[in-house]
Amino acid sequence: MDDINAKLLIVGGGPGGYVAAIRASQLGLDVVLAERQALGGTCLNVGCIPSKALIHAADAYGHAMEQAREAPFGLKVEKPSLDFARTIEWKDGIVGRLTGGVSSLLKRGNVKIVRGHASMLDGKTCRIETDTGPQTVHAEHVVLATGSEAVSLPGIPFGDRVISSTEALALPEIPKRLAVVGAGYIGLELGIAYAKFGSQVTVIEAQDRILPLYDAELVRPVAARLKALGIEVLAGARALGLSDGGDSLMIEQPGAPPRAIAADRYLIAVGRRPRVSGFGLERLDLTMKGSAVAIDERCATSMRNVWAIGDLTGEPMLAHRAMAQGAMVAEIIAGQRRAFDKVAIASVCFTDPEIVSVGLSPDEARAAGHELASGAFPLRANGRAMTLRAEEGFVRVIARADNHVVLGIAAVGAGVSELASAFSLALEMGARLEDIAGTIHAHPTLGEAFHEASLKALGEALHI
Amino acid sequence: MGVRIVKLPDVGEGVAEAEIVEWHVKVGDLVQEDQTLAAVMTDKATIEIPSPYAGTVLALGAEVGSVVAVGGELVRVEVAGAADETPAKPRPQATRVAGPEPAPAKPSASQNDRPDSDDEEVAAEPPPPAQRKEASSAPGLRRRGPPRAEGEKPLASPAVRKRARDAGVDLRQVHGTGPAGRIGHDDLEAFLRAGTGAGRGGRSASNAVETIKVIGLRRRIARKMAESKRRVAHFSYVEEIDVTALEELRAALNAEKAEPRPRLTVLPFLMRALVRAVEEFPQMNALYDDEGETITRYGGVHIGIATQTDSGLLVPVVRHAEALGLWECAAEVQRLAEATRDGSATREELSGSTITITSLGALGGIVTTPVVNRPEVAIVGVNRQAVRPVWQNGQFVPRTMMNLSSSFDHRVVDGYDAARFIQRIRQFLEAPATIFIED
Repeated sequence: MDDINAKLLIVGGGPGGYVAAIRASQLGLDVVLAERQALGGTCLNVGCIPSKALIHAADAYGHAMEQAREAPFGLKVEKPSLDFARTIEWKDGIVGRLTGGVSSLLKRGNVKIVRGHASMLDGKTCRIETDTGPQTVHAEHVVLATGSEAVSLPGIPFGDRVISSTEALALPEIPKRLAVVGAGYIGLELGIAYAKFGSQVTVIEAQDRILPLYDAELVRPVAARLKALGIEVLAGARALGLSDGGDSLMIEQPGAPPRAIAADRYLIAVGRRPRVSGFGLERLDLTMKGSAVAIDERCATSMRNVWAIGDLTGEPMLAHRAMAQGAMVAEIIAGQRRAFDKVAIASVCFTDPEIVSVGLSPDEARAAGHELASGAFPLRANGRAMTLRAEEGFVRVIARADNHVVLGIAAVGAGVSELASAFSLALEMGARLEDIAGTIHAHPTLGEAFHEASLKALGEALHI
Repeated sequence: MGVRIVKLPDVGEGVAEAEIVEWHVKVGDLVQEDQTLAAVMTDKATIEIPSPYAGTVLALGAEVGSVVAVGGELVRVEVAGAADETPAKPRPQATRVAGPEPAPAKPSASQNDRPDSDDEEVAAEPPPPAQRKEASSAPGLRRRGPPRAEGEKPLASPAVRKRARDAGVDLRQVHGTGPAGRIGHDDLEAFLRAGTGAGRGGRSASNAVETIKVIGLRRRIARKMAESKRRVAHFSYVEEIDVTALEELRAALNAEKAEPRPRLTVLPFLMRALVRAVEEFPQMNALYDDEGETITRYGGVHIGIATQTDSGLLVPVVRHAEALGLWECAAEVQRLAEATRDGSATREELSGSTITITSLGALGGIVTTPVVNRPEVAIVGVNRQAVRPVWQNGQFVPRTMMNLSSSFDHRVVDGYDAARFIQRIRQFLEAPATIFIED
């Protein structure tokens, strides 16, 4: 095969890589995109999207069961049942439509997609092993966007009953008993979904509480819901390994002898790490920051014209961060002056209830030396939440006490993930409490709680 | 008769408290409306607080040297023909940095503040200082220096940030007139329009960047020079400067210096002279990218100050020296030197220079051959001062002499230009008044 010469080579077709490719093609650059598996990366294929599909199906099933049991508003449902194979098929259909969409967007932008395993030979040359033989690409600029992979636990290798989130999204049947190691957002989202599907779920977390990255106030409604769903949470517990026969998981809690947890599946969800091996990264000898590739505010690595974006560059490992970085890097390569100067990147946890957090937490804000004005408004006092039968949770706004510039916004509650846009916009625009208080929020919506929380921080709450 | 409480007004973006540095009134004094009550100092500026009322001072809220929170009681004034004011419960009150309307944020509070009918008083009441300060005609207020505290992020919407980047503007240099100091499109436009900046003492930050493609003769010279010496082709130029007049000026200024002004060394004078000389020799304030074969000239003079620390030589950067006055240069050098020595200097404070000064102080020697701080093209070294006999008008006279030892990158700076550049600096330093004479 003849060598390809291009202005830009992107290694990895996930949210970061494909957005970089589309933006670069819009700016008139010729782009080659190397992808060894499916376009859309972890997010579209084995992450955000398929997990949201399963969570929706689990919610619907859970609601149906609730109607059958209690009929709280008179809806009579007789013995609901779930065809799980059909659920998986439906989920795969969504994934297929989205990845197909990415593919046609790239084609429309004349991005050359080379399918195969890429390996960097040096900072400007890459060899891609395609089905029809090796393909060498020479590029002036290289964007590394190889993403991340699930971390396994020592002594508990993936395989057989031990699964990562990838397998948990495509199980042949609903496990009777599911043990989840790791009470971060991935473990809890899937654990809650399977509990609603009918699995007996046990969650094992090494730290002393669930969702240790969110502040305790935000996590409390989720912990209460886990209890109501019958999910057993073993906090401060260490997973030691599989028992001799491999059919149960040995765990240890402080002050107690090791014991066995028997389950049909063991979902290991203890985190993800940047994918730094298998594509010749070592030959570039880039400066690293921990296990991630070190980048500056322009996503430049230590090698000239080699850029890195997304999960490969470490936390926060979020698709929307990767996409923003990808678009920015494309613009920089096209000659524009850009830097990653975002005020905040929203993090959303699709548990039941959902958690959304943008900007600083109260502790972080205080640690940064700010005096705070803060206000929280409970969804219990929000009309829309009542009509949705989702009264658990609240919206919380924190701002600087001296000039009322909003520093952080968080919410917990059913459906609050959709408030992330409003929260992020407020922070990026540099809103003060008065800006939010002075904006009409449509009634009846959950967003009114955002308005009221801001009013409360000003000492002017109306509905509480 | 009624008692009015004058509170410490909001004195600027992000400022929560201020130190009382001077009282202009004492208990029992009769004050007129608008008369200065006190001078307060924030970490950014010293600000005079005018009285919003006419009356008799009943009590001062704090002693000189104590720190008062914004909204805290400053003075009690007895006012003729008005009811008593009930001191409101303190609560977080938003900063009003530059609202065009003079009315305070809380209508209820504002009514309490006013002796008579609202309408009349709105017109008669002087706007509180916080609102005045951005107005170009603000008379009683002395505000200079950077738009916000070091390290504080400028507040601006994504659209403004993008526009600034496209225009090559560093938003940290832009004053924001929006609420809480937010930078709007109009602020950015004003900054871009100002160019060389009227209004702020005749100096403002320049972000002009000129890229000159290295072609033709220059390119050949560059390649030849690079061949003859690996990387930088150094040459040094030493000139003797008569600093007698400069030393007299410096001594006089230091003798009458008032806190919090820093003690002046030769450095700030040299920095100002450098800024003036660079105006005529922009090729000295430049970076040479030898791979890309481009020279980038900068409108902003970002002076690296070679600084010895325990861990070795570091070069903190005084940004936009062209926008700083003598005292500001001195203060910034002092601040950066301390930050660099105690390790608190940020990466940004240690990078981005466009020209460098190196000074070994008393160890300065007679001559040095400083090494160019690549990719810059010029470095100016300061040598030791000494009183030496100088032949003048038929006799030896004692003069304070000092050498400047400078090095240049010969690939892109010709010897003739370097010599003229140093001669220009010499003229400035030997007649220091000329440094401060604006054209």
